[in-house]
Amino acid sequence: MSDTITFTIDGVEIQGRRGQTILEAADDAGVYIPRLCAFKDLSPYGACRVCTVMANGRPQAACTQPIAEGMVVENDTEQLKKVRRDIVEMLFVEGNHFCMFCEKSGNCELQAMAYRLGIAAPKYPYLNPKREVDASHPDILVDHNRCILCARCVRASKDLDGKNVFQFIGRGPHKKVGVNAEANLSDTNADVTDKALDVCPVGALLRKRVGYAVPVGKRLYDLEPIGSDIEAKRAGQEK
Amino acid sequence: MSETVEATVKQICQACGNDRTRMMDIVRAVQEKFGCVSDAAMDAIARTVSTHRVEVESVVSFYTFLSKKPKGQVVIRVCNDIIDRMHDVGRVAQAFSDALGIGFGETTKDGKISLEFTPCIGMCDQAPAAMVNDVVVTGLSSDSAWSIVRGLQEHMDPNKLVEHFGDGNNSHELVRAMVSNNIRKAGPVVLAPLAAGDALKKAVSMTPAEVIREVKTARLRGRGGAGFPTGMKWEFTRGAGGDKRYVVCNADEGEPGTFKDRVILTECPDLMFEGMTIAGHAIGGDTGIVYLRGEYAYLRPFLEHVLNERRAQGLLGKNVCGKQGFDFDIRIQMGAGAYVCGEETALLSSCEGLRGDPKNRPPFPAQKGYLGRPTTVNNVETFCCVARILEKGSGWFAELGSKGSPGTKLLSVSGDCKTPGVLEVPFGITLREVLKVCGAEDAIAVQVGGPSGVMVGPADYGRTICYDDLATGGSIMVFGPKRNHLKTVSIFLDFFIEEGCGYCTPCRVGNVLMKERVDRILDGKGEPADLDYLQQLAETVKLASRCGLGQTSPNCVLSTLKNFRSDYEALVKKPTDGMQPAFDIRAALGAAEAVVGRKSAHFGA
Repeated sequence: MSDTITFTIDGVEIQGRRGQTILEAADDAGVYIPRLCAFKDLSPYGACRVCTVMANGRPQAACTQPIAEGMVVENDTEQLKKVRRDIVEMLFVEGNHFCMFCEKSGNCELQAMAYRLGIAAPKYPYLNPKREVDASHPDILVDHNRCILCARCVRASKDLDGKNVFQFIGRGPHKKVGVNAEANLSDTNADVTDKALDVCPVGALLRKRVGYAVPVGKRLYDLEPIGSDIEAKRAGQEK
Repeated sequence: MSETVEATVKQICQACGNDRTRMMDIVRAVQEKFGCVSDAAMDAIARTVSTHRVEVESVVSFYTFLSKKPKGQVVIRVCNDIIDRMHDVGRVAQAFSDALGIGFGETTKDGKISLEFTPCIGMCDQAPAAMVNDVVVTGLSSDSAWSIVRGLQEHMDPNKLVEHFGDGNNSHELVRAMVSNNIRKAGPVVLAPLAAGDALKKAVSMTPAEVIREVKTARLRGRGGAGFPTGMKWEFTRGAGGDKRYVVCNADEGEPGTFKDRVILTECPDLMFEGMTIAGHAIGGDTGIVYLRGEYAYLRPFLEHVLNERRAQGLLGKNVCGKQGFDFDIRIQMGAGAYVCGEETALLSSCEGLRGDPKNRPPFPAQKGYLGRPTTVNNVETFCCVARILEKGSGWFAELGSKGSPGTKLLSVSGDCKTPGVLEVPFGITLREVLKVCGAEDAIAVQVGGPSGVMVGPADYGRTICYDDLATGGSIMVFGPKRNHLKTVSIFLDFFIEEGCGYCTPCRVGNVLMKERVDRILDGKGEPADLDYLQQLAETVKLASRCGLGQTSPNCVLSTLKNFRSDYEALVKKPTDGMQPAFDIRAALGAAEAVVGRKSAHFGA
């Protein structure tokens, strides 16, 4: 049994390795599939659904679906672009996102995704939820207003830091990231060096006193859209 | 005080082997003992079973029967699903509230009684109904609500509220429930007698491969709703390798409007256990788990008794039916109020002591299920069919029903009909015939398959109940003249919002957004473009959601937009003044007008 698996994304033949997900194989091949909850070094989670593709005609999350020989994947289609726009808009109206004064602006994956997908303003009504800010920790700020429930911090704290500082509590629309203490982050063993702080795609989990340090024009997504680094690989391969 | 908590929690954990995969049993026991799982209790549990406190809180906060804040010694949970609302549960709820002097979600000042709403408790055929702790009270009126409260204030014993018992095993000394079976039509497969052991003895005389072949030849498909071929599922599970495999019975009947599993559990538990044991032989497993929904806790002592009898008869335990090397036993895992746990992978998460979040697939449970071992998860009714197939033969079974859907189906009929209850009908029966049996000939709409199913009108009454046409797990809700379908949709969406796990974006947010727009239309503020908005939104939720809950929650919107479009159209207004109907200019200007102290010059009129 060969370890190389050949399949197609939007008609382009791609070689992947057995055991890879569609997203991993696409990344290696320089094909960008938009995603928010998936993150290198973290186990696949499948929560945001932004990476939804059609795999052999069925909708699947590219971050959790393994590749298979001869699989036909649709990624950059009008239907899927619409679905992704809808999902990203849902995330915008579900929380309270004010990019103009958020210190993550320019480095925020949610904001960058909206730009990439061409979202000017959400078509859905803002839900304006009442959410908390936990500033109890001397070095770390948790702003639930901006949380998109992607579980990156939950996974990183558990799997990379070995700490389990974060876990979801509540269900449905009441679901939120809880901390491993009765009330506040300051009562946990969270530390400013935790890897969990590096993975938040939005401004929900921030280090204190370093905001706005990078000027406009030099932030991550100021000049190139999100996903450009992955697509650059393909451009490199084609040369 | 806290030392008592610590000591009691330790005892409870120890009784569960300090095993954190038994978290559901632990937190249920703590809840029962203290009326809550407090911060102190969560800390103690985490320490005792070596996990993190937030992991315990994660579980406790997921299930509605568990709570961090103290609840009363007695909790009254009034069912407010659509059928109960059609039977005027509002008046009953008001009576409870008046009699107790508290609102819903509150506890009496003396800390004795709490009052809550709860979604479908599986009693739609005897609505309005409520649970008083584990005791079910049915056919409620405002008078009976008052007398229940008076009784509780006197003795605080929910069991004393039951003055007369229902039919069949509802009057068994271990059940003692006022619940009625309401069997309107019995059939040859499920609601027929079985001598315990008859099917199993035949099964163990065959090889596992032969048993699986028999089930495949009968072309049995899952009765829970998804309709996956049972024999194939077993073959995958058996073939998945490993040294330990599990049989799990999904008795988490939570789809509003279904209650047929309740009747099976009450009247034919032997048939179900027999089917599970046969599955154990077929897949090569030694453990069966029945995941019983928290609402059916009143049946647990009876079911444990039936299991004990089966052990005594050699139908469970070591060398089942004298078959050397075939060891199989069954335990009951209680749920704690979460509809999503009816989804098979969420059910497994719950069994493992986790939040009831569905799992990513692949791997499928047949490959990696309970505790990572190959597991077959089948519905209560499916196991009953298995036992009957082994008893009577696949040929006999395949003769029943329709060509593509052999066998019979249990339906739970409720709503605007004269004789709500359970029917065992052959597949292929028309909806019209079902309505006739239940005295519902004047139905203007029928919800087939519960809120996650579809709503059809009279033009579709000639369609048939089967896998290829109107597929259903069994819920049939009847709506008579005067019912407002958009209100029904709004109530269904409320249900999905509250019962969703919140894991994936489309379901968590999309259901809230669909409800917002349906309610806006109901409020007379909709416009024609809202129909397309709803259609598009519903399609995204259906396509992109992670599990069956989110993939089917938009069905109520999509099927009513298709089959009852004129109901929507009658409510939406074409704007004549160029303004959006949903936009209230007067309200929008109100705050500014208050500041300047005068009305707007342009829009002041």
